[in-house]
Amino acid sequence: MAQHQVNYTQSGGLPVALTTVDKILNWGRSNSVWALTYGLACCAIEMMASGASRYDFDRFGTIFRASPRQADVMIVAGTLTKKHSEFIRRLYDQMTEPKWVISMGSCANTGGMFNTYATVQGVDRIIPVDMYLPGCAPRPETLQYAVMLLQQKIRKESANKSQKPKRLV
Amino acid sequence: MMRPYTPKDNVQAKAYYTDRFWVAPRIAEEPVPKEGIYAEDLDALSAKCKVLKAYIQRGQLVIHIDPKDNITALKTLKEERWYEMLSEMSAVDFLAERGGFEVFYQILNLNTAQRIRIKCFVDENEAIESVNPLYRSADWAEREMWDLMGVKVNNHPYLKRLIMPDDWEGHPLRKTYPLEGDEFAQWYEVDKIFGKEARDIIGPENRDPARIDRYDTERFARLGHEVPRGTPPEELKKLEEEGVVTPVRYQEEEGVFLVKDLNEEPKVLDKRK
Repeated sequence: MAQHQVNYTQSGGLPVALTTVDKILNWGRSNSVWALTYGLACCAIEMMASGASRYDFDRFGTIFRASPRQADVMIVAGTLTKKHSEFIRRLYDQMTEPKWVISMGSCANTGGMFNTYATVQGVDRIIPVDMYLPGCAPRPETLQYAVMLLQQKIRKESANKSQKPKRLV
Repeated sequence: MMRPYTPKDNVQAKAYYTDRFWVAPRIAEEPVPKEGIYAEDLDALSAKCKVLKAYIQRGQLVIHIDPKDNITALKTLKEERWYEMLSEMSAVDFLAERGGFEVFYQILNLNTAQRIRIKCFVDENEAIESVNPLYRSADWAEREMWDLMGVKVNNHPYLKRLIMPDDWEGHPLRKTYPLEGDEFAQWYEVDKIFGKEARDIIGPENRDPARIDRYDTERFARLGHEVPRGTPPEELKKLEEEGVVTPVRYQEEEGVFLVKDLNEEPKVLDKRK
């Protein structure tokens, strides 16, 4: 078995990396964005496809969790009905800070084609949304790109400060 | 076979053609034959309760009865004529025309594969007796009928809304119910989660799919072309002409700290250790 010589003075200095607290916290947060499984309609199929082997969310550190206590991001995938709206708010409140929301697809963004009495006309009436994905349904690439952009957003944020209140009532 | 081609230019701009004198075709009502299974069914039924009207429509027997006789009629047909399955039941809104609902029961005889439709007319404030003791499939059907149409059902074991939330007001499948919901429906989630005082903050629903918001140019940006929030549109154009872009930067480009880039060059050992 080959033994590798560790020569600190020769190969790039001492084993010390200098950074800021913000950077290391954001590095950790942005690379382990655990998502709450929130499939409400057909967008859920695309969300599942994003998690499966072909698109493979695990590469970004995004693992689907079935509990709001363990999740960082809520991907609202599908039509939100008025009957369900109280539950989505409760699950959002149960998620621990810091937390983010991705609104996936037309129905979650604006109610989409369901211009009816029973559909919430956009999840941003209930919970603050960080990212809106267009499409009906958005392809897995779109969701993947959204997660990458969310990672960028997390890296730009200040980590030790509590999150700015988004539109909380 | 190919479908004949019709030009589809500018179909969106044209008004839909509606014939004001068009009358929906009625399905022909034929008299019940003197002999056969349906004639025997009708005889058995008319011996027990009053039959208001009976005819054959599309080969099926349709019987109009009084709503007070619905248990008697269905019990007779189930126990004496073996119509043992209630395949469907619901109500039709005739509030505007006749001030009530037409409740129908579609029953099936599994031995002869014959179907009968029992119809009765209930007024808006009149209740109908539950047929749940006869047919268990009526349980949810009656709950749905109560939930969406508002037809009251007497002696139902658990008459609770089936589809809409329990604290919903109104019956959405009535023809008078607006498709986009009444005031209660439009503010339902806001009132329930945040309270009525939050209505001013959240604002009414946007029900216009073609609405263009001037501020959307400030709130949303093309990827890689983000500008500071609140930039007026005139300056936006200027910035674009100047070629101001905010490129999307990935973590990997700057090199991830703690993670070394993959060394493409293979490591060649001079000699085995």
